Amino acid sequence: MPMKESSSISSKREIKAPIVREDLDQAGENLHKILKESISDFPGSEISVSIDMVTVKIDSVQLAKICEFLKYTEKFGFDYLSCITVVDYEKDQEIFEMIYHLISIRLHHKMAIKVPLPSNDPTVPSVLGVWKSADWFEREAHDLFGIKFEGRENLPPLLLYEGFEGYPGRKSYPFHDYGEW
Amino acid sequence: MNMPEIVGLFFKASLLLFFILMVVLILTLAERKALARIQQRKGPNRVGFKGILQPFADALKLLTKEDILPASANKQIFWVAPLAVFLPGFLIWVTIPLAKEVVLANLDMGLFYITAISVLSVMGLLMAGWGSANKWAMIGGLRAAGQLISYEIPFIMAILAIGILAQSFNLKEIVDDQAQWPFAIKQPLGLFIFLTAGLAELGRTPFDIHHAESEVVGGPFVEYSGAHWSVFYLAEYMNTFTIAVLTVLLFLGGWQSPVLPFSGTVQTVASLSWFLIKTALVIWVIFWIRGTYPRLRIDQLMSFGWKILVPASFINIFLTASVLYYALPHWVITVVSLGFLGATFYFIKKGSLAGNKQDTVTIINSSDIRAQLSNKAEV
Amino acid sequence: MQVHQQVSEYSDAIDLMVNMGPQHPSTHGVFRLVIWVDGERIVKVEPHIGYLHRGSEKICESEQYSQIVTLFDRLDYVGNLNNELAFCLAVEKLTETVVPERAEYIRVILCELNRIASHMLFYGVYGLDVGATTPMLYGFRERERVQELFESVTGARMMHNYIRIGGVKEDVPDDFDKNVLILLDHLKRGVDECDRLLSQNEMFLARTKGVGIITGEDALDYGVTGPALRASGVIEDVRVTDPYSIYSRFDFGIPVGSNGDCWDRYYVRVEEMRESIKIVEQAISDIPDGDISAKVRRIIRPPVGEVFVRTESPRGDLGVFLVSDGSDKPYRVKVRPPSFANLQALEYMLEDTYIADAVLVLGSIDIIMGEVDR
Repeated sequence: MPMKESSSISSKREIKAPIVREDLDQAGENLHKILKESISDFPGSEISVSIDMVTVKIDSVQLAKICEFLKYTEKFGFDYLSCITVVDYEKDQEIFEMIYHLISIRLHHKMAIKVPLPSNDPTVPSVLGVWKSADWFEREAHDLFGIKFEGRENLPPLLLYEGFEGYPGRKSYPFHDYGEW
Repeated sequence: MNMPEIVGLFFKASLLLFFILMVVLILTLAERKALARIQQRKGPNRVGFKGILQPFADALKLLTKEDILPASANKQIFWVAPLAVFLPGFLIWVTIPLAKEVVLANLDMGLFYITAISVLSVMGLLMAGWGSANKWAMIGGLRAAGQLISYEIPFIMAILAIGILAQSFNLKEIVDDQAQWPFAIKQPLGLFIFLTAGLAELGRTPFDIHHAESEVVGGPFVEYSGAHWSVFYLAEYMNTFTIAVLTVLLFLGGWQSPVLPFSGTVQTVASLSWFLIKTALVIWVIFWIRGTYPRLRIDQLMSFGWKILVPASFINIFLTASVLYYALPHWVITVVSLGFLGATFYFIKKGSLAGNKQDTVTIINSSDIRAQLSNKAEV
Repeated sequence: MQVHQQVSEYSDAIDLMVNMGPQHPSTHGVFRLVIWVDGERIVKVEPHIGYLHRGSEKICESEQYSQIVTLFDRLDYVGNLNNELAFCLAVEKLTETVVPERAEYIRVILCELNRIASHMLFYGVYGLDVGATTPMLYGFRERERVQELFESVTGARMMHNYIRIGGVKEDVPDDFDKNVLILLDHLKRGVDECDRLLSQNEMFLARTKGVGIITGEDALDYGVTGPALRASGVIEDVRVTDPYSIYSRFDFGIPVGSNGDCWDRYYVRVEEMRESIKIVEQAISDIPDGDISAKVRRIIRPPVGEVFVRTESPRGDLGVFLVSDGSDKPYRVKVRPPSFANLQALEYMLEDTYIADAVLVLGSIDIIMGEVDR
């Protein structure tokens, strides 16, 4: 049952200030420290902490380089890509934000990489060469949000059927008006 | 042959067919009940008293189902395949004696006739696989052909060894020859080979990979429904009964029993009942094996057949023949045969992959990992 | 649809394409596997998913937080309580809610029992895949015992909707302790019986040893987690390495394999059942009295922010990523399903195997399509 917009707060999603709460554990603190030292190699990136996750915001151009750096450098060792998420901020900030959650099994720490993409042409280099688990996550992002990935062939849709029009993950998709019959 | 003889033969053949069908119906129910007991549940128990009428309900359902013909199937081959599987199985029954006087036609070349005719059913499976116009059916059919033809060799060799031991192919004479000791005692290796090869010939677990293609439905039978499928089903159970009866006839003494004080018709009835009891025991073992074991893959199955059963069956024949040639006492066969049976089991065990479970899977205590983590964090 | 015309390296023949269609009797849900075979050897594999895609993540954006728990129930429809727990942990982390002790203990007990039930389902279905019909009945009998307990506690055998934000829905019945101890007794014997039936069976070993091998580094690269990763030798269990809820108080073992083949993946799960029994024993003896839920509002409005939570579901590393914009409905909910990543590794595992092994390898990864497709 589609929910009608009942509360006035949700009718206009104003950008509120996010909570500033830092709750890192010991491993997180160490990671934060060494990240701050190394991040100067990658200009244009910012580090922040969101509850218990160290987050790095970078440009899409440097994504593949940073991912390789984070995977193969000894002190980071992020050998496991957990999840690739796409958040649609098209209406307010006109970006799609891609979030890569990385976890190091060996060193027991985790972090997130955020990549803002322009919403009129969301293109990002593929990290398939770095972690093979990115394969289906990228295909899903392509199906549901229309993100284009450079450096890999566009395969047939994963979750939707061939010939599906539109990107149902986006906020602009008429989800509640959508009717197939 | 004059008219009354022909009519008499026709009547006896119909009686045989009726008997076989009844037995098969009872077997379907028996299998479901036996499997259910192994799996800690009751089998069918609603239709009739404790489920006795279940097979009739099944038969009625199958006969009234729609017979689907796939559009691109080869019609003639598709319809003939069930018959080609059923008929050879039934033709064998012409010469199988159930009691001293109960046989349709006791041929002198009884065993030879049985082995020759039973191979024909392989062609039926191939026809079913090809005529279905379905890739899975074709793969299943080819697998079935490979498996059945490979296991014919140890099957026939085991039968041949019995023929050498009894010095005859006539089934009645073979049973009469077991008046003192059943051949199972003289040839335990032969019994093992015959039962295993027989299970493989039937296509029963653990050798049922060819019709468990997508792991339940299938193989050559996947496109059949209704009455035609029921013919395949009948053929499988009839063959099960045949293999059990042959085991009892050739190895377990047929209708011979230590005590048979009766004579005349009463003796016939008593020996028939004793025979059926023995058959029921063998069938129970076959069902038991089905309920317990998983199935082998086709290449493992073939490797087992060719590398273990075929050499064992040759050794069996050689042993029997040499003992008879040199007129040694028959217990020599028993002893050496048991030795070879032990050697067979030893080779199976040696190639086994069972080892200590802790070899590959170890259990690491969480406290160790937590200690490791806290050490790392401090560092 | 194009036909893959590839000349086999052994002869002039074209590879045969067989289709393990969306409906096939290996009960892992609607999943289509297109296989190109050369005789009996698999040459190429192409998985197709999406038959069960229901747009769960999108639906979450128009539901209030307390309504989303039912959606999460239906993602991994075998390990329901673990999914509910993941979502509730995410919201509680965001809103800094402190869950009372009794609720935490109840949650852990139910989640571990759910893990046992899920692994019993795996055991039964895997036995059926290999061709033995009996393990199915044995496994499901044990599962029914667990579900009977669930019914007495939550009211439902499967879709529980019991673990709520801030605690659990209502208190357990009076005879819960007694019932759990009786159940554990049955389960110990049940697990031993199931183990004896299948694990060392000759034919089972012949079919599963050395089949579908994946090494530890490759598994991690593909994002495989859970028992499938542990069977390849990597020691990683979210309950221990990144503890959530009160798992740090319990002492249990982590089964780790070494070969990374189907048998290891199967046996790791059997041993995990035993370890879960240990956790429940420790929990039920320590369970305190008290509240069963923190004081939360009826309509929860978490502060603006985002949170990522990892939990160990029976299938692997279940992650929930939650973005809140301050309203009563989340802005974005993303589920990181373990079966999704595990299924990616299927192509790798099926290299150079027989066609009859495809079903076994698929079964050993233990996927639930509800989770893969969402």
